[in-house]
Amino acid sequence: MSNETMLTRRGLLMKVGILFNGLVGVALAVPIVQFLLSSITRGRADGYLSWVSLGRVSEFPEGETRLATFRNPYVTPSDGKTADTACWVRRIGGEQFQIFAVNCAHLGCPVRWFPQSGLFMCPCHGGAYYRDGSRASGPPERGLFEYPYKVEDGQITIHAGELPTPGPGASLDRGRTSCA
Amino acid sequence: MRMIASIAEWFDHRLQLAAPIREAAEHPVPRNTASWWYVFGSAALVVFLLQLATGILLGMVYVPSAGEAWNSLQALNHDVTLGWFIRALHGWGSNFMVAIVLIHMMQVFLFGAYKFPRELTWIVGVFLLLMTLGMAFTGQIMRFDQDAYWGLGIGASIASRVPVFGPAIVKLMLGGPIIAGATLSRFFALHVFIVPGSLIAFVALHLLMVLKLGINEWPMPGRIVKRATYESEYHELTKKDGAPFVPYAIWKDMFFAAFILLAIGACALYFGPFGPTGRPDPTIIQTVPKPDYFFLWLYALLSLLPPSLETPVLLIGPALVIIGLLLLPFLSGEGEKSWRRRPIAVLTVLLIAIVLGTFTHLAEYAPWSPHMNAWSSDPVPDGMLQRTTALERQGALVFQVKQCRNCHLLGESGGERGPSLDSVAARLTQDQLIRQVIQGGGNMPAYGKNLSPAETTALVAFLETLHPSGQAPARDASRDLVTGDGAQR
Repeated sequence: MSNETMLTRRGLLMKVGILFNGLVGVALAVPIVQFLLSSITRGRADGYLSWVSLGRVSEFPEGETRLATFRNPYVTPSDGKTADTACWVRRIGGEQFQIFAVNCAHLGCPVRWFPQSGLFMCPCHGGAYYRDGSRASGPPERGLFEYPYKVEDGQITIHAGELPTPGPGASLDRGRTSCA
Repeated sequence: MRMIASIAEWFDHRLQLAAPIREAAEHPVPRNTASWWYVFGSAALVVFLLQLATGILLGMVYVPSAGEAWNSLQALNHDVTLGWFIRALHGWGSNFMVAIVLIHMMQVFLFGAYKFPRELTWIVGVFLLLMTLGMAFTGQIMRFDQDAYWGLGIGASIASRVPVFGPAIVKLMLGGPIIAGATLSRFFALHVFIVPGSLIAFVALHLLMVLKLGINEWPMPGRIVKRATYESEYHELTKKDGAPFVPYAIWKDMFFAAFILLAIGACALYFGPFGPTGRPDPTIIQTVPKPDYFFLWLYALLSLLPPSLETPVLLIGPALVIIGLLLLPFLSGEGEKSWRRRPIAVLTVLLIAIVLGTFTHLAEYAPWSPHMNAWSSDPVPDGMLQRTTALERQGALVFQVKQCRNCHLLGESGGERGPSLDSVAARLTQDQLIRQVIQGGGNMPAYGKNLSPAETTALVAFLETLHPSGQAPARDASRDLVTGDGAQR
């Protein structure tokens, strides 16, 4: 029974073994966690957003809203068609634009533009928006997401690259300033 | 025969598994548990095995790449011999598994099987339910079509509403900034490695506890569970009135499991595989995404909740439900087991079933969604245009062209987002109609900026004709008095 309080050689070696494994475990856990969180941390470092061209300004008639598509600036080889993104381009006049994400501000379904009634309608849960993107009716708590844009050399470019979602801070137009 | 016996003996000498397997198979169970009510757990297990087998077969052809998945599903449906049938088995197996797991859970709840000492069996079962639903959701993503793509968007939109961490959770979930290749790859890992691996481990735990603690005896009204005495009473019961599980009870499990497999096979043969629907191309926006059957109730809930309640309900609701389920065996770990003496338990099950059933039924025809093509495909009923003036007919045209029809029923067709307008003139006066059209309100957009005065006049003139033949249109009596044309009408 006196062995209980005594530190034996084997007991010590086992404890050192546990400690050793613990250290190696932590050393391995660091890169594993970094790998797992890379889709978050990468966004922080160099950012997913960049300026993408939608084409010439003259392609968008004044006073109308047209669907435009662009290739997401951040792609991986297996993306296929999923890296293609659509957006609604409303040319108010001259170089005055509003570029809306197709994603409904409620839960992200693709809204459709109806020029006759001047409404965007969502097929999923019945959200509707006016031509300027403001909420008209239905479950959305806010208007459509807008991409910041600029017009340079007759080209219209937007600042895009992330899926717009209704959560806090994730919206495209946080701190939006008119770039025109 | 003797050779088989000697080979078996050779293996068992090394494995030493025959004795524990025999012991498990022949463990005594209370006689009255050999009931058709006790077959759902084993049926869920058998369907799970079917899912494993068919899933592995599909994995031999399926390509988990956002660019190729849809094509490989087409190949499975059309090129690979019987690929469509394996897909159909897997799809129908998933529907059956969710249903059987839910029925099993309901039976366990109503029979009080979660009470002492089977609390942990119930808790593991709650996790098994969550994993089964997780498999159903991630499986819907594997069928990488338009529904899967926009379903991921809905998932991301819900996740984004988590305070502070929302945007990070979205990127973690999508594997990047958008729904793309990395998203499908990580949901593939969830669907074929992470969740099924955990499922196997938890199923093993669940079964082990069923064996160790014994199957729940048939609940008798008045037989009260007490921590101090239950185990000796149960032991006494199996000793006095017990029978070996094999073959006394197992034949019902086997019959039911075979019947369920047959039903899955028949559904697969008759109805075929699910989808895939359109190509997962985000630039194709002419799509009406809908979740699979078991998430339809959620689709309805998301449409019907008031906007201000949505985020709290979405984020707190599931947590409360899960915590409630996990706490259940601790809140009522003792006492009456029989559903005959537990009216609140029975009412709870009925309430949940009715709520889920109603929401699912509503989601099947989605009255909250505008009918995107109603304005151009559903004509104004002939009867509504007979004996109308030119102005009123012009109004009917405005009604169609301005897509009022997408949200309003006329006759039998049109959207159901807003009220039916068949008798709107009996409800609203001319002034009220004009105000409603121009200013909107009550969930209707304002059309003031989008209708010329002439169009509004025509539209309201048409709407004023919409009243039942025997009922006069609504009118403002005070207005008649002021304008002095009351006598003329």
